[in-house]
Amino acid sequence: MQRFQGIPASGGIAIGPAWVYLPEEPVVERRKVDDPAHEVERINQAFAKAREQIGALIERARVTAGEEEAAIFEAHQLFLDDAELLAAQQESIHVHSLNAEAAIEDAFEHYANMLGQMDDEYFQARAQDVRDVKRRVIRILMDKDHADAASLDHPAIVLAEELAPSDTIEFDQANLLGLCTVRGGPTSHSAILARALGIPAIVNAPIPLREIPEDVTVILDGETGEVWIDPPEDVVAALRKRQAKWRERREAELRLAHEPAITTDGHVVEVVANVGNIQDARQAMNMGAEGVGLFRTEFLYLGRSSMPTEREQIQAYKAVFEVMEQRPMVVRTLDVGGDKPVLYLNVMAEPNPFLGWRAIRMIDTRSDVLLRQFRALLIAAGMTGADLRIMLPLVSCLEEVERARELFEQAQGEIVREGHVAPEKVQFGMMVEVPSTALLAEHFAQKVDFFSIGTNDLTQYTLAVDRTNERVAHLASPFHPAVLKLIAMTIEAAHKAGIWVGLCGEMAGDPLATPLLLGLGLDEFSMAPASVPRVKHEIRRWSMAQCREIAQKALAMPTTSAVRQFLEYVVE
Amino acid sequence: MPSITLVVNHPAGLHARPAAEFVKKAASFPCQITVRNVTDGKPPVNAKSILSVLTLGVSQGYEIEVSAEGEQAQEALQALSDLVQSNFGE
Repeated sequence: MQRFQGIPASGGIAIGPAWVYLPEEPVVERRKVDDPAHEVERINQAFAKAREQIGALIERARVTAGEEEAAIFEAHQLFLDDAELLAAQQESIHVHSLNAEAAIEDAFEHYANMLGQMDDEYFQARAQDVRDVKRRVIRILMDKDHADAASLDHPAIVLAEELAPSDTIEFDQANLLGLCTVRGGPTSHSAILARALGIPAIVNAPIPLREIPEDVTVILDGETGEVWIDPPEDVVAALRKRQAKWRERREAELRLAHEPAITTDGHVVEVVANVGNIQDARQAMNMGAEGVGLFRTEFLYLGRSSMPTEREQIQAYKAVFEVMEQRPMVVRTLDVGGDKPVLYLNVMAEPNPFLGWRAIRMIDTRSDVLLRQFRALLIAAGMTGADLRIMLPLVSCLEEVERARELFEQAQGEIVREGHVAPEKVQFGMMVEVPSTALLAEHFAQKVDFFSIGTNDLTQYTLAVDRTNERVAHLASPFHPAVLKLIAMTIEAAHKAGIWVGLCGEMAGDPLATPLLLGLGLDEFSMAPASVPRVKHEIRRWSMAQCREIAQKALAMPTTSAVRQFLEYVVE
Repeated sequence: MPSITLVVNHPAGLHARPAAEFVKKAASFPCQITVRNVTDGKPPVNAKSILSVLTLGVSQGYEIEVSAEGEQAQEALQALSDLVQSNFGE
């Protein structure tokens, strides 16, 4: 048996035979030609045939996957009509005497490469579309045009390097039990399709595709991202049980997704979502989120060469605030650093970006960035009536909060003087993600209206583990008793000072942590939108009395594994 | 050369359906039309080429400048401006 860890992309458990999909890449031959007119004619014919094939795909997509999928192939049709692309091909043929295949390869790759290098992952993903069309045309030219994907003729779990949009539509969907790809992220095409079809999917799983025997049993756990190849009987049996339970539970969760999360003894907590753009906000609303506990604003600043203007920021914030309809809206101010250089802010690559000049630390020389962001947030909240709560990332000392608060008050004064409508109530908070702030939480609690614990960073800073370093990432568990103690200290100090505490790390969406966090007194749980129904469901299972006992026991344990084992035992 | 500056408010930016609608509309006019990403200052591209428009990387909230020259230039700018300002008909 082999077990691999990937990134969960669509929930559920799939069990079935493997179907390894390794389509042959056409090898493009480059040669000089004497008859350019003939090559142009070959391209015209190949494009005509490709248009026909894509036309059929559009119809098929419309029936099997919906309008959104069909629109992808409509864009493929547009690529074939692209004047610039055609001009580049003509030039290769007429000026450089290249053959049709090479001319097509060069013209499409030019755009695929440009798109692939863009910062925005939505644009990046279009490189895949361009290459999909290129492959189709070249196959037609080389007389190798058969849809490999169409040969999936029995129910199976498809394992692939990465799927092109047309592959996913050419599969007979009745036979698709699950999808697992070696590359790609949760926004890749296979992930989107899997969610549309409601089948489990995992991306980025390091599976050696060429070593997988045909029809060997595979299990995908789309919740955890685990993949088993040839699992023993007991694992299969256990996962079958979980599969049945999962289906039953998911139905129950979704039915109650829009109801409040109340413990069996009547304690109410807020379950909210982490969002990074308007699409996430829409999903959060669909999944029953009661607000936003972390709105990441980096999307406005990355992938461009000048700072977003105030007007641009206001529009972007307003759009998200409107989707969330006056529910609590916690916005994190800009959190960038040397891991993602931003030239116009003078954020450079650094040897130690997570210990470097980033996030709130930029206030020392670039307070203008924060001031502009405060102003835009306040104006957008005034226009929409949003329940705005601003929080500062990576605070490590009290002076940072004091300095930021001055800027915040300056922004408030300015917008009122300029005649903008100021929001009625705005909370000013900070993230607790550096151990120093948890240790001194009683002092910080005097300066802010709320805390939000960022357990991903708090864990990495407490345990000295770089969670992006694969060799040590397994050590980075928020269930480490040292991290739990810091969380407990933070909540206790906050409640003593009369302020509320949220948690917006991955831990908040982990059902294993739910009773523990409830027991520690957490007021707000913020997570990926898809996790909201699950965690609400978990909260409803417990009483505060039970949870307090669980938390006290966990806090007294010496190791991460002891805590995890104990929680697995109580949660099951 | 007549030109207009517009803000793309659609959540997808000039991507997916909005990009396709934009290019189709531009292609329905005989004049030369170019579009430029003002927000990050890349050089202008052919507004009738979907691939070129995608490589501009126009996200939500970005400003674009559309320029047209030749027959029906004013009509083309008006039509593209209406399209963007109607949020691509959504």
